[in-house]
This record gives sequence, structure tokens and C-alpha cells, in this order.
Amino acid sequence: MHKIVSKKRLSEEVFRITVEAPYIAEARKPGQFVIVQRNSDYAERIPLTIADADPIEGTVTMIFQTVGKSTHKLAELEEGEYIQNILGPLGRPTHIEKVGRVVCVGGGIGAAPLYPIAQGMKQAGNHLIVILGARTKELLIMEEEMRALADELIVVTDDGSYGRKALVTEPLKELCQAFPRPDCVVAIGPPIMMKFCAETTRPFGIKTIVSLNTIMIDGTGMCGGCRVSVGGETKFVCVDGPEFDGHLVDFNNMMLRLSAYKEIEQKAHEECHLEMQLKQMQSGKGKGNP
Amino acid sequence: MIETRKKLTPKERLAIPPQEMPAQDPIVRRQNMEEVALGYTEEQAQLEALRCLQCKNAPCVASCPVRIDIPGFIAQIAEGNYKEALSILRASNLFPAICGRVCPQEVQCQSTCTVGRSLKDIEKAVSIGRLERFAADWERFHGELDVPPVKPPSGKRVAIIGSGPAGLAAAADLAKEGHEVTIFEAFHKPGGVMIYGIPEFRLPKAIVQREIEILEKMGVKIITNFLVGRTRTLRDLLEKDGFHAIFIGSGAGLPKFMGIPGENLVGVFSANEYLTRANLMKAYERGKADTPIYPAKRVAVLGGGNVAMDAARMALRLGAEEVFVIYRRTEKEMPARAEEVAHAKEEGIIFRFLENAKRILGDDKSRVVGIECLSYELGEPDASGRRRPVEIPGSEHVMDVDSVIVAIGNESHPLLLQTNPEIAVDRHGHIITDETGKTSMERVYAGGDIVLGSATVILAMGQGRRAAASIHRFLIEN
Ligand SMILES: Cc1cc2nc3c(=O)[nH]c(=O)nc-3n(C[C@H](O)[C@H](O)[C@H](O)COP(=O)(O)OP(=O)(O)OC[C@H]3O[C@@H](n4cnc5c(N)ncnc54)[C@H](O)[C@@H]3O)c2cc1C
Ligand SMILES: Cc1cc2nc3c(=O)[nH]c(=O)nc-3n(C[C@H](O)[C@H](O)[C@H](O)COP(=O)(O)OP(=O)(O)OC[C@H]3O[C@@H](n4cnc5c(N)ncnc54)[C@H](O)[C@@H]3O)c2cc1C
Ligand code: SF4
Ligand code: SF4
Ligand code: FES
Repeated sequence: MHKIVSKKRLSEEVFRITVEAPYIAEARKPGQFVIVQRNSDYAERIPLTIADADPIEGTVTMIFQTVGKSTHKLAELEEGEYIQNILGPLGRPTHIEKVGRVVCVGGGIGAAPLYPIAQGMKQAGNHLIVILGARTKELLIMEEEMRALADELIVVTDDGSYGRKALVTEPLKELCQAFPRPDCVVAIGPPIMMKFCAETTRPFGIKTIVSLNTIMIDGTGMCGGCRVSVGGETKFVCVDGPEFDGHLVDFNNMMLRLSAYKEIEQKAHEECHLEMQLKQMQSGKGKGNP
Repeated sequence: MIETRKKLTPKERLAIPPQEMPAQDPIVRRQNMEEVALGYTEEQAQLEALRCLQCKNAPCVASCPVRIDIPGFIAQIAEGNYKEALSILRASNLFPAICGRVCPQEVQCQSTCTVGRSLKDIEKAVSIGRLERFAADWERFHGELDVPPVKPPSGKRVAIIGSGPAGLAAAADLAKEGHEVTIFEAFHKPGGVMIYGIPEFRLPKAIVQREIEILEKMGVKIITNFLVGRTRTLRDLLEKDGFHAIFIGSGAGLPKFMGIPGENLVGVFSANEYLTRANLMKAYERGKADTPIYPAKRVAVLGGGNVAMDAARMALRLGAEEVFVIYRRTEKEMPARAEEVAHAKEEGIIFRFLENAKRILGDDKSRVVGIECLSYELGEPDASGRRRPVEIPGSEHVMDVDSVIVAIGNESHPLLLQTNPEIAVDRHGHIITDETGKTSMERVYAGGDIVLGSATVILAMGQGRRAAASIHRFLIEN
């Protein structure tokens, strides 16, 4: 049982929760994730990146977006309530080293899992440039945290409601063309964004790390549900990843595999979304709003 | 009554017809998850028990991996002393209700039974497994939880990694000796394959849970959601957490794939994933479970073992209209338990022997729409003595299916070994142990599928007990 010690709504669809999980807080490294399951009986097991951890308090923090049933149900839990199962830390930690100039690109919710990596990259002595992108101003997260950390921060929105009106790939391309060139790019966000970031850096031959968010069941290498094709070889994201060389990942196949349950999920999502809205209307306010 | 029974001659015993196992009607059961085999009635059990000749040399005993006193427990059943029958069983086998259901008896205890031999039909051997199940179930229905006595605390602590049959058996034996035992399990529920892999319709989860409850009553602590290697390492357990010894029973992990084109299409699953979604995540309780199952009407299952049978029969219960099992050899070579194959056939599973998948076909959205297979014929015997299947050139043909489940076995779990390089493994990634279960790492023992490769419940259990005995020896000597 893991108590939720704090919860904050970062935007309409994004929540941050901090929960008690002392072993995980002690062991985790940047780039690792947990599997969260609200209860043992009927809940789904969903992977979420560890956005931050406090080994002294024994807590870990996750930031998640409500995209479907399980994330909505998770968002319904309040401070003081419990999550029954959290397994972790899972996956291989990010390989962090001093390479020179590092560009970290975060799209939407991807800014959350990007944060500990950016932190590590900075601590290792790299010059850190962060590009944050979101569909619209409302959905932008982690801006303050990243601003405090980065040597340079570039903010873009799809609709131009905040920062520059562009997709993240535009400033990324400019950085690749400028001098000195980045030595390494880390891109985390929706698969389509990671795919195009990798395409952007490919002609420049700049190493590009992506963090894959496949469907998972166990997260321990037992089911193969998370498999992706990397450089023509099948890899298991939960034990071989989640980070891979973006130039080698077969993103098209990965995106199709992510949509395996689309119809079932869509229905569950709509029901949950309505339920949440209804609850908010009844209580007369957006619960947990900042 | 008993008197007259005792006087039965061998000839009279051989004349008693083998008792059929009552089972749910195939048409009904393919729609539900309840147990298929219903168990002997008391009368049937007694009749079946009378078929045993009580052989002096008892060849059956030698072919049971844990050497149960088979004539001994059967004689007690014949006399109606079910409690005594069960104590004889429990002396060698901690989980008779489970083994009675899932042991491949036709290649173990029943393979050498004199009755089967005399009647020249192995299927007519004494149904040792069903009798074992009967005795164990009788206690479940009539008795209290029978918690074995535990010796006073020894002050020694043992960590067990994995809660499959190997880990549970080791835990039970060590707890009895008074050691403080903690089981670490990665999943949110203990039981290993018995919980996430073998379906409810073959092994009701309540039976496994009961065994686990007994362990907890004996003082064994179970910590779920704990992945040794990541949450903490073996070294941490020994050096920081004060465990005096460790037993690894982490099972076979990593599912094998065929390595054919189309295997990453949408609608292709490992049997592990499919069965975990269905069993552990309860996807079969639609409307209640949040974990979805891929909707499919025509399913191809690749493989011929128990895992393939379970996946095929599960697919049927989850709404598939036609399920094909595609197997490279013939029925004779199939490693699945005979009873499961028979049940699968009754339920309407279609077997395609001497065929093998060549590639999986998808539509423009990468969803499975078919499977291309090759036909095979049996050629010369190979090293194992089995006739090797050889492909017939030009025999490619396509079957329309919308899902493919790959059930061709597992490789060993990579994680623990990745994070603990000091443990020696063979070229398949199985942990190497000596004959007492000791690994190359000081104070660390191992057993079950992680040592044997894919094995059976009873073998895993036996290995757990063997390692427990040597851990106990180590603990009292040090
Ligand atoms: C290693 C890893 C780390 C992750 N870290 C985070 C994180 O820090 N924060 C966060 O918000 N999410 C993260 N995710 C994604 C998160 O697991 C999914 O959003 C979640 O499982 C969706 O569950 P659901 O039932 O709410 O939605 P579903 O009903 O399962 O899905 C709703 C929609 O989201 C899409 N979807 C489903 N699964 C994923 C997925 N894994 N990634 C992207 N889209 C998906 C579906 O196609 C569907 O359109 C991570 C995933 C992985 C594998
Ligand atoms: C679908 C299916 C059907 C089968 N049918 C039969 C049958 O009919 N009859 C039969 O005799 N055998 C059958 N078997 C085989 C039998 O189940 C196995 O041989 C047996 O369960 C092996 O036991 P084990 O204790 O070694 O491992 P498992 O039962 O695999 O248990 C290992 C446990 O360890 C956990 N674990 C792994 N790594 C870690 C870690 N690092 N930290 C913490 N926990 C960890 C796993 O989550 C798992 O719960 C079947 C197997 C399958 C998959
Ligand atoms: S444990 Fe298995 S092999 Fe041994 S007697 Fe029982 S059913 Fe037969
Ligand atoms: S071999 Fe068969 S008949 Fe003989 S003791 Fe064993 S079970 Fe009975
Ligand atoms: S999530 Fe099951 S193998 Fe990766």
C-alpha cells in the first residue's frame, strides 16, 4: 500500500502525485519508471516514469496525463488515499555522461520523464538546452523547473498561444544547423514527435535518445507485450529500454502496436471522462485545481 | 465390506473398469471459466483405488519425481481413510491438490503402473493423479486449514525470490525448521505460473491461495511488487537486509518468438502476455476488468505444449469462434498433458499437425489477417530419437486468422542475472547449481524453471525442497 502524500493538478489533463515508496525512492535512477496499479482486483497495470524522488522522505513523484480509463481513475485518488501496487524502479537507467552540448526535447507530458534526465545531464557538466513543446499554453508543464535548470530554454506551442508558434522540430533543426552543434539529443514525447525529432537529427548524424512508451503488462521481461523493433531486432522496452537510439527505432510499427486496443480504450475513456466532468460539476469546482 | 475388498484377487482388481473423470459438458464449459474436470465422487475414488494391485516393487513410486508412497496412500483411500491418505501424500508432496491436477501423470507415475502394463494400455493405468486430487479435495471440503507445526525460531533469515512452486516449497520447508522466511514476488499476487499462467478452468486459483494461506499461517512473510535486481539487489539482501541465505525460484521469463516476418503485427501475442491478461488481470471478467483483451474470432496458436493448450482453450472462452493449434510434429510428440489435449479436442479446438508458420500477414493497419504455413512430413529420427519434421517444399498455404498466439516456450528471466553477474549460468541463461541447489554465489541457492528450463510444477517443487534442505544444513552449521 502506498499513501499519496501530495497531489497537484498541473493543467486540465495533467496531474502530479507524490507517493510513499521507500525502496523505490532509494534505488531509482534517472530514466527509470514504475508500474502502478490502483488495486489488485480489476485495475490495469500502467507504466509511469519516476519524475522525481526523495530518498530521505521515501517518496517518488509521478506526473501523468489523463488519456484513458486507468489514468483518469488514478487522477480521482486524493491525498491521504492509497495506491495498492507500485513496482519499480524498472528499466535501465539513462546513460548520463559529459558529452558537451545536450539538447533535451520534451513534448507534452514528455516533459515530466525528461526532467530527471535533464537534471542528470546538467549535473554531469553538460551545456543544457531544453525545448518544451505543447499543443497549447494550457498543456505546457514543467516550464519553471526547466527554466531553473537549463542554460537555454525554448518554449513552443502548436497554436502559438504561448512562446513561439512552432513544432519542437523547428528549433531543434536550427540548433543542429548552428555552431557548435549539439553532441547529443534526448527527445521524449508522443511517438510521432520522437519519430520526427529523430528524422530531424538524422542528416546531422547527432546521437538521439528516445524513451519509448509502449503498452506493458508486467514490466519485468516476462510477457513481450512491450516489444519494439530496433535496428531490425526485437527488443523488450521494459528490460532493454525504455531508452533507445532514435535513429534505429521502427516508430511506425510501435505506433500501430500502441493502437491495438484503441476501440475498447476509447469507450472506457469517454465514460471516465464524462464521469469526471460530472463529478466536477457536482462539486462546483475543478477538484484539485491549482 | 472392507474385508471383502481386501480379499480381491489381482484378476478381480484388473476387471474393475477404470473410472472416468466427471467433467463439465464441452459445449457448456467452452463458455465459462469454471474447472473442467470435476473430481471423483467418493464411490468412484474407492473403486479406482481398488484397481491398484499394491505391487511390492511399486514401479509407480520410482517414476514420481518426489517418490510419493503411492500404494500406501491408495490403500488408505480404498479403506475410506482420506485423512491418512493425505498425510502420506503430504509427506512427499506439499501441494497434492495442485499436482493431482497438473502433473503429466502419463509420463510420470502412471507411465510404469503395472495395471496399465497388464491391460496393455497406459490409459488404463491406475489414475494416481485423480486419486491424489480426490484426497486433497476431500480435506479442502471437510477439514480445517491444516497448518504444519513450526520449530522454535532459529534466528536465521532466508529470502526467497519468486513465489512459484519452487519458492513456495522452499519456504514451507524452511519455515518448518524455524527459520524466518520472506518471499519477494515481482507480481502483485503470489503463486507464479500457477496464478498468472495456468487458467482457472484447469487449476482454480482458490486452491493455490489456500496453500499460500497455510504458508502465511506458518509465519512466512510475502512481499509483492518487489523485483529483486531492481528494487534491491541480491547483494543488498545479503549485506544490508541481513538475510543469511537466498533461494532463487524466479522461473522461466522471457517468451520465445519464432523470428518470422510479421511477428510484431498488431494481434500477435506471446502466450505469457495473453494468459497474464486473461488470468492475472482477469480480462475474462469483461465489464469489470480494466485490462483489455484483443478481440479475435479466428485464432492460431503456435506450439504443442501445455502453454499452447491453455492459450487455445482460453481464446475459445474469450469469444473466439475457431481456434487452431499449429504444431510441427504429430500428436504423439506433443508435450502437452494427454488429458488437456483430449479436453481441447472435445471443446472443438482444431489441431493442424505437421504444419508450421512461415510468416504472419497483416492488413494496411498492420493488423493480423492471416498466417502462411508450410506442411511437414516426418523424416529420419534425430539425436533425441524423435523423427524430425522436414518441410515439404512448395507446400505454402494461407489460413485466415485475426490473431496469433506464440507458445513455443520461454528463455530464462534475464533481469536477475543481468544485475548479478557473479551467478554462473549456462549458455541458455539457466542458473548452474550443484546437486544440492547451490549456485556459484556464496549463500545463494536456486531451483525450478530458472535452473531446469521449462519444467513442471512437481519438478520445480522438488528442487525447492532440495535446496531448502541444503540451506537448512548450511544455516545450522554456520
Ligand atoms: C516506460 C513508460 C513510461 C511512461 N511514463 C509516463 C509518464 O510519466 N506520464 C504519463 O502520463 N504517461 C506515461 N506513460 C504512458 C502511460 O503508461 C499511458 O498513458 C497509460 O498507460 C494510459 O493508460 P489509460 O488506461 O489511461 O489509457 P488507455 O485507455 O490505455 O489509452 C488511451 C489512449 O492513449 C494511448 N496510449 C495507450 N498507452 C499508451 C502509452 N503507453 N503511451 C502513449 N499513449 C498510450 C492509446 O493509444 C489511447 O489512444 C509511460 C509509458 C511507458 C511505457
Ligand atoms: C501456461 C502454462 C501452463 C503450464 N502447465 C503445466 C502443467 O499442466 N503441469 C505442470 O507440471 N507444469 C505446467 N507448466 C509449467 C510449470 O508451471 C512451471 O514449470 C513451474 O511453475 C515452474 O515453477 P517455478 O517456481 O520455477 O517458477 P514460476 O512458477 O515461473 O514462478 C516464478 C515467480 O518468480 C517471480 N519472479 C521472477 N523474477 C523475479 C525477481 N527478480 N524478483 C521477484 N520475483 C521474481 C515471477 O513473477 C513468478 O511469480 C505450465 C506453465 C505455463 C506457463
Ligand atoms: S506428484 Fe505427480 S507424479 Fe507424483 S504421484 Fe502425484 S501425480 Fe504422480
Ligand atoms: S504400479 Fe500401479 S498397481 Fe502397482 S502399486 Fe503403483 S499404482 Fe498400484
Ligand atoms: S512489459 Fe512484459 S515484457 Fe515488457
